[in-house]
Amino acid sequence: MTGRQIITDAQNTWCPGCGNFAIQHTLKNILTEMEQEGKSLDDVVLVTGIGCHAKIADYLNINSFYSIHGRAIPVATAIKLGNPRLTVVCCSGDGDSYAEGLDHLIFAAKRNINITVIVHNNRVYGLTTGQYTPTSPLGFKGKSTPGGTAEYPFNPVELMLASGASYVARGYTKNMDLLKKLISEGMAHRGFAFIDVLQICATFFPAADYYTPRVYELSGHDRSSFESACIKAREWDYNSDSRIALGTFFQRSLPCFDDAMAVHGMEQKDRQQAVRDLLTMRS
Amino acid sequence: MKDVSVLIGGKAGDGINSAGALVAQLLNHIGYHIYLYFDYPSLIRGGHNFAIIRGSGQGIGTCWKTLDFLLAINRETVEQHRERCSGDTAIIFNADQVKSAGQGIQVKSILAGENAPAIMGNSAIIGGFAKTAGIDWNVVEDVFKSHIPKGVDLNLKVAKRAYDQLETVHPVSKGTKPPYPLLTGNEAIGLGMVNGGLDAYVSYPMTPSSSLLHFLAEQKEKLGITVMHPENEIAVILMALGFAYTGKRSAVGTSGGGFCLMTEGLSLAGMAELPLTLLVSQRTGPSTGLPTYTAQSDLHFVLHAGQGEYPRLIVAPGDAAEALYWSAVAMNMAWKFQIPAFILSDKTLSEGTYSVDPAAISEVRSMDSPQWAGTAPYLRYADAPDGVSPITFPGMKDAVIKVNSYAHDEAGITTEDAHVVGQMTEKRLRKGEMLADEMQGYAGVNVSGLPGASTALFCWGSTKGVCNETAALLGLRVIQPVVLSPFPADQLKKAMAGVRKLIAVEENATAQLAVLAGRYGITADEKILRYDGRPFLPDDLLVKVQEMIV
Repeated sequence: MTGRQIITDAQNTWCPGCGNFAIQHTLKNILTEMEQEGKSLDDVVLVTGIGCHAKIADYLNINSFYSIHGRAIPVATAIKLGNPRLTVVCCSGDGDSYAEGLDHLIFAAKRNINITVIVHNNRVYGLTTGQYTPTSPLGFKGKSTPGGTAEYPFNPVELMLASGASYVARGYTKNMDLLKKLISEGMAHRGFAFIDVLQICATFFPAADYYTPRVYELSGHDRSSFESACIKAREWDYNSDSRIALGTFFQRSLPCFDDAMAVHGMEQKDRQQAVRDLLTMRS
Repeated sequence: MKDVSVLIGGKAGDGINSAGALVAQLLNHIGYHIYLYFDYPSLIRGGHNFAIIRGSGQGIGTCWKTLDFLLAINRETVEQHRERCSGDTAIIFNADQVKSAGQGIQVKSILAGENAPAIMGNSAIIGGFAKTAGIDWNVVEDVFKSHIPKGVDLNLKVAKRAYDQLETVHPVSKGTKPPYPLLTGNEAIGLGMVNGGLDAYVSYPMTPSSSLLHFLAEQKEKLGITVMHPENEIAVILMALGFAYTGKRSAVGTSGGGFCLMTEGLSLAGMAELPLTLLVSQRTGPSTGLPTYTAQSDLHFVLHAGQGEYPRLIVAPGDAAEALYWSAVAMNMAWKFQIPAFILSDKTLSEGTYSVDPAAISEVRSMDSPQWAGTAPYLRYADAPDGVSPITFPGMKDAVIKVNSYAHDEAGITTEDAHVVGQMTEKRLRKGEMLADEMQGYAGVNVSGLPGASTALFCWGSTKGVCNETAALLGLRVIQPVVLSPFPADQLKKAMAGVRKLIAVEENATAQLAVLAGRYGITADEKILRYDGRPFLPDDLLVKVQEMIV
């Protein structure tokens, strides 16, 4: 389908000022450019979890698999294995991929499956009306922790570096030019691309006043150096006060899981012959 | 021909299962139908393992207590199974480790004589058995050559030394039936899945389902399939659904504990209308339970697992031949109706080995959902009269394919509209009605034994074998539903015609099949239940049934 309307007619229910608009707009622009370059959007699949972020499955007029909470990544992994020609983009929340489905995120990085994971990291549960997430700062007062959390956040950028991700980046919903560059690079990257997106939750964690003065774009950083990536990733630990680097921390070329798992398709009649052969061998 | 029963035992790590498989092939090659039961504790080394190999003139799926041959690799085997021996039992033992009446084999000295490794000691025992049973040497040669992956010549030399040392003290009868394929239940399930179009098998190891994962992983190139072992059972089922979304026929395998983790994904399959085939192989529960022992206690769990209401197929084959057939049916029904389809097995079936008559393997008709005709916009959940929406897959030109775990409209867009939610619920349930109609065309209830008998044994799954033998001796009928959902109430009522006493025989503590049948007005008059992890023996079942029918 060419020249398609990229946004569906579904009613948008994100709050005014929600950072999800920026991510949706960025993806819309990327998809439009893909079409202009002659790529068919019929070959693109969006996979989402559950949460405010996931409504993007209803809003983008492309193939989508609106999965369950925490479970976008195993679905996306198998879609890529099932049809390696497809471009698979996984939009996930911090509740999804850092809490409920953390195991899947780590394993996807470990496998270097050729998909792009965009984590809409607003550092709060929005759709369930305001509880802390794994990246909320220490002492975060949410509905389940009215006295403030007693646990530190973890640093997803550092975690992904440790897990073997071959493309690791961080964006910010109030820097859309950079966000577009990072997501485009992630989609072009052959292997597992991880983009943590600091996203404003207008209702439960409106942190723009915190982020905007602290963020800066990485420059002169050697993205091929794992050591440099680790240093830059540790500069801000999602808790203490410091400058916040945006951009690509790390990129390297590694064999992809989907290539290693490729199978030579077989006609069903040949499979049935193979079954008969196996039966004979068991006689 | 007279039955023959052989027990081979040793400690875990002694290769009892593969030695048992060779004994089974020897009997297979002299005209017997085979059943092999493998008993092992949940550990890697030490502990007592044994296999019972039974040969019969007809198809079987159970073992009697009394042995014709006891092959003892260690002393514990003789001690543990003494009560199974009669005066006629030939005991063949490793004389290095065991002192016993019978025929001792100096395994160590044989191995030393051939400069063979310790692992080949079992070949000496098997060679000794073959001679004791009067099996011709050329049969041993044939079987070793076909079924020992490496080191055949040396294994044969070791076996021949023992063969030449012993006398034929317990000759077995020989038949003319050609050798049949011997398959474990899990292998039969795997091959059935492949016949049903399997493209991808996804599984996390859990006894007693793991041997299917191993088998398909070993054969994946030959079969042209993907085999994937991900991080946990949650990923397993979600990956299977990802494969299905791309048009690849996928299946998963697990046991009760792993299936607990899969239930959120199962419900997603129900809501998103993604085809999925699941092997659930039961073991003794609750919780970790007895990992390597059998049970039939998850029927109601599988029947009701997952939130919400959506149709599902459940088949419970009773032996390897049924497993081969019904697994292919399950795959096809999953794709015809875009539903989850279960193959409910248990340790006894999954890890037991059976003869499968190749001539009796029925072709399974390949079935699929209607394909999208190509008129945009594509509606993934088009409200078709039979509930089954035309299907297509990502990459298809001009189709936007949206599947959704939320309540959704025909296009797959989330909705909370009361009318649409009701409409889509009814659409999904209509598939269940169509499935029930479709299954009328299959023999979902097996009837065997004496057809006109007024007393019937009522069983499901692997207890088919033990019920059939018990019924044959007592002149009873056996009624074995294979399809458990949608419940074949009409077929069952027909099968029940003239039955005055229905005796449920189940390996659980609450008679789950009897409870299920009760919902359809079919009442079991008596229940014989076993729930200690071991399968029924015909010896015991015979006595219990006799007490009930006097």
